[in-house]
Amino acid sequence: MNNSKHFNVTIRVWRQSGPDEQGRMVPYEVKDISPDMSFLEMIDVLNENLIKKNEQPITVESDCREGICGCCGLVVNGEVHGPDEHSTVCQLHMRRFKDGDIITVEPWRVRSFPIIKDLAVDRSALDRIIQAGGYISVNTGAAPDANSIPVNKDNAEEAMDSAACIGCGACVAACPNGAAMLFTGAKISQLALLPQGEPEKQTRALNMVAAMDCEKFGNCSNEYECEAVCPKDIKVSNIARMNREFMLANLFSKH
Amino acid sequence: MKLDAQIPSGPIEKKWDSHKFNTKLVNPNNKRKFDILVVGTGLAGASAAASLGELGYNVKVFCLQDTPRRAHSIAAQGGINAAKNYPNDGDSVWRLFHDTIKGGDYRAREANVYRLAQISNQIIDHCAAIGVPFGREYGGLLSTRSFGGAQVSRTFYTRGQTGQQLLLGAYSAMMRQAAAGTVKIYPRREMADIVISNGRARGITVRNLVTGELENYSGHAVLLCTGGYANVFYLSTNAALCNVSAAWAAYKKGAGLANPCFTQIHPTCIPRSGEHQSKLTLMSESLRNDGRIWVPKTKGDKRHANEIPEGERDYFLERRYPAFGNLVPRDIASRASKAMIDEGRGVGPTGLSVYLDFRDSIKRKGEDKIREEYGNLFDMYHQITDENGYKVPMRIYPASHYTMGGLWVDYNLMTTVPGLFALGEANFSDHGANRLGASALMQGLADGFFVIPATIGGYLGGSKFEPVNATAAEFKAGESAVKNKLNKLLAIKGKKTPTEFHRQLGNVMWNDCGMGRTETTLKKALKKIPEIREEFWTNLALPGTSMEMNQTLEKAFKVADFLEFSELLVKDALERKESCGAHFREESVTPEGEARRDDANFSHAAVWEYKGEGKEPALNKEPLVFENIKIAERNYK
Ligand SMILES: Cc1cc2nc3c(=O)[nH]c(=O)nc-3n(C[C@H](O)[C@H](O)[C@H](O)COP(=O)(O)OP(=O)(O)OC[C@H]3O[C@@H](n4cnc5c(N)ncnc54)[C@H](O)[C@@H]3O)c2cc1C
Repeated sequence: MNNSKHFNVTIRVWRQSGPDEQGRMVPYEVKDISPDMSFLEMIDVLNENLIKKNEQPITVESDCREGICGCCGLVVNGEVHGPDEHSTVCQLHMRRFKDGDIITVEPWRVRSFPIIKDLAVDRSALDRIIQAGGYISVNTGAAPDANSIPVNKDNAEEAMDSAACIGCGACVAACPNGAAMLFTGAKISQLALLPQGEPEKQTRALNMVAAMDCEKFGNCSNEYECEAVCPKDIKVSNIARMNREFMLANLFSKH
Repeated sequence: MKLDAQIPSGPIEKKWDSHKFNTKLVNPNNKRKFDILVVGTGLAGASAAASLGELGYNVKVFCLQDTPRRAHSIAAQGGINAAKNYPNDGDSVWRLFHDTIKGGDYRAREANVYRLAQISNQIIDHCAAIGVPFGREYGGLLSTRSFGGAQVSRTFYTRGQTGQQLLLGAYSAMMRQAAAGTVKIYPRREMADIVISNGRARGITVRNLVTGELENYSGHAVLLCTGGYANVFYLSTNAALCNVSAAWAAYKKGAGLANPCFTQIHPTCIPRSGEHQSKLTLMSESLRNDGRIWVPKTKGDKRHANEIPEGERDYFLERRYPAFGNLVPRDIASRASKAMIDEGRGVGPTGLSVYLDFRDSIKRKGEDKIREEYGNLFDMYHQITDENGYKVPMRIYPASHYTMGGLWVDYNLMTTVPGLFALGEANFSDHGANRLGASALMQGLADGFFVIPATIGGYLGGSKFEPVNATAAEFKAGESAVKNKLNKLLAIKGKKTPTEFHRQLGNVMWNDCGMGRTETTLKKALKKIPEIREEFWTNLALPGTSMEMNQTLEKAFKVADFLEFSELLVKDALERKESCGAHFREESVTPEGEARRDDANFSHAAVWEYKGEGKEPALNKEPLVFENIKIAERNYK
């Protein structure tokens, strides 16, 4: 544990009171920060002070605070989810900063994720992509014994790598084109890698890609930014698999 | 309050089947005429919405987060139990039933628990079929691990992210129904009240968290799948949005609230580092498969952990409970750790932790193997503490984690209010006074995927419904009650933030009604809570308005309810003069210091009934009858 002294920082935060309002960066000093605080706990301290002054605290979303729910998502000093690799911004700790630092904090800036207030954005487009086919059509009660369908361990592990996506939208926020390919590719890959997902492989790829386009997400131009910022280390190979599934589906699908 | 548990007659193995056979069915063509309101999209809510949608009901589902996929269930790590007996180690439905009853210290209802054990296997089958990427062996079959309170390996997992994968499975099944048009999803909504019409739950009032608008929805049944209230302790392993408000609203509308004092403290969490702490992070119980828990034998030993030789370490769980060792149930492990700390043998800068040490298993299996199994947990530990768990023992401390108490439900999962059901952690049903690891996920999915689809038809098919719509007088009354409460909060204009009040309450709850409880501490808490509440209603700082996104208002709304509910929790703890499971009354211990139950006086579920503002609640009792399991002292030695 880092026992070094408490310190002060300035954060410049995007404030925007509503979806159609003009936003701007506002500086705040935050004093007496402990290096063991998480970044969001530092914002808590600031917000507590704002509330006491009867000022509106910064709207920022977070829930689990351990990197799994996908609620939080901030751009810290221009970096999606902050400077740490493979972690969400709620896992970032203040020991990464030092006294006197000026830290900028902004929301995801993506056409398909309109800002609701301050740092909170609307990511419901991702739900609509899943709704278009990110599932296996099996009704409750109909399943055979789980061990009746063996799954090659490597495939199971790879499917799990893809399934680890937390739906935070960092990949979209980091992409210069605002593409949701990594998100969509991860779900298509997970289900394509499992025998259970095989029967609907083609329709799934077609429908999910169509939904992605319909939500006005951009296209992939191989920048690899998405992989670099993904808190769960999801690889761009998922995009390649999606493209392959999509192509095969276009060639062979009867739908 | 009438407590009829509706337990079917007949031998325990046949109860569920015969109940399903005797329950009224709703004709397939009529199902779409029934509107079902599901509040919550965790494992319980998402699976209920999915399966009811598949049956053709018209489902509306609500949650606090921006998308249903972020419900608190997402954070569950270790695994989900099932009595598959794939490892051939002697497991069976009967054994899972037995372990769960014993784990709960004989304070759960036999028939419900047996059903849960029966359904457990179907859950694994269904989840594998909908694409949950369970851990597997090289032969391609499912792999299992061990959890506390069991001597068989029955816990299925997806690395350290089992809750995530199960929730995403249930969520995807629900999204499939959204595509099919049977389920409509309303995220960013907080249920603020339940609407009762002619004695039945017929709707809900929710606050739209983006616009602040109050919205009314009517239906034929309301399912509360709103999770547990561990955040009454302020610091807990639960997500920030977890709350008691929905259950509390139900209680005030006549639903009995059972065993609120049964709250679970998890032994293996990362200790807090300061006042700023906003949550405590769990280190999964699965770590106790390979980690050994110890403290130095001598008080105040300040040496570095790695410098303390083997002979001077006290592996106190292995010493006190040789049969189960590090895998004793959570309540026992937590109390044993607390006892060490109270003796002055705690470690770390504050002395408020014990070691969880992987040295021996790394020696035995190699660091790579340990990394493969628990890598993400070690990473998480490192991120938070800046320490390397492979090289120095982790430091852990107990934290509030799960709540066994909740809304009383009968065998059909219906509360004492007709048409109001409770599923998942929100109900009190299956875990008695202590939940075993990996059993909450099992229960949430059992309730949602398999129980409610079978039982709700009995209610819907067997009732006469008058037409109700969301503009009826009952809805207007509910809406204005909510409006009043919001306005009252906004009018205080005081100096203390909702979080400060919450933290203050949490301190009282943890110190006076936490791991050890006595008549004196509980009475102290009963004095302090109303004082905090009074200050809350006169000195709350709350900027902004109700007609906008206002997170401070949301927080205040939840804290207001915790400040009322906590008093009931403490009353329940005071009333239950025995120790059982996680409820440890220091006055009631065996000579060895273990929890001593008092079956003659407390073999019941304590069900509290709201009697009106400012009035004492009434205590009702559902006696527990054990016909299949012999009650014994819980022994893990
Ligand atoms: C860190 C951690 C690890 C765990 N690991 C395990 C494990 O390995 N195995 C295991 O079996 N169990 C585990 N548990 C316990 C388990 O995760 C929970 O008990 C379970 O997921 C609860 O599911 P649920 O569906 O009942 O509620 P939740 O998942 O809590 O969902 C509650 C839902 O209700 C909604 N809601 C709440 N209040 C309102 C309101 N007023 N209005 C509208 N919506 C509302 C929320 O938005 C959410 O959608 C763990 C718990 C924690 C904290």
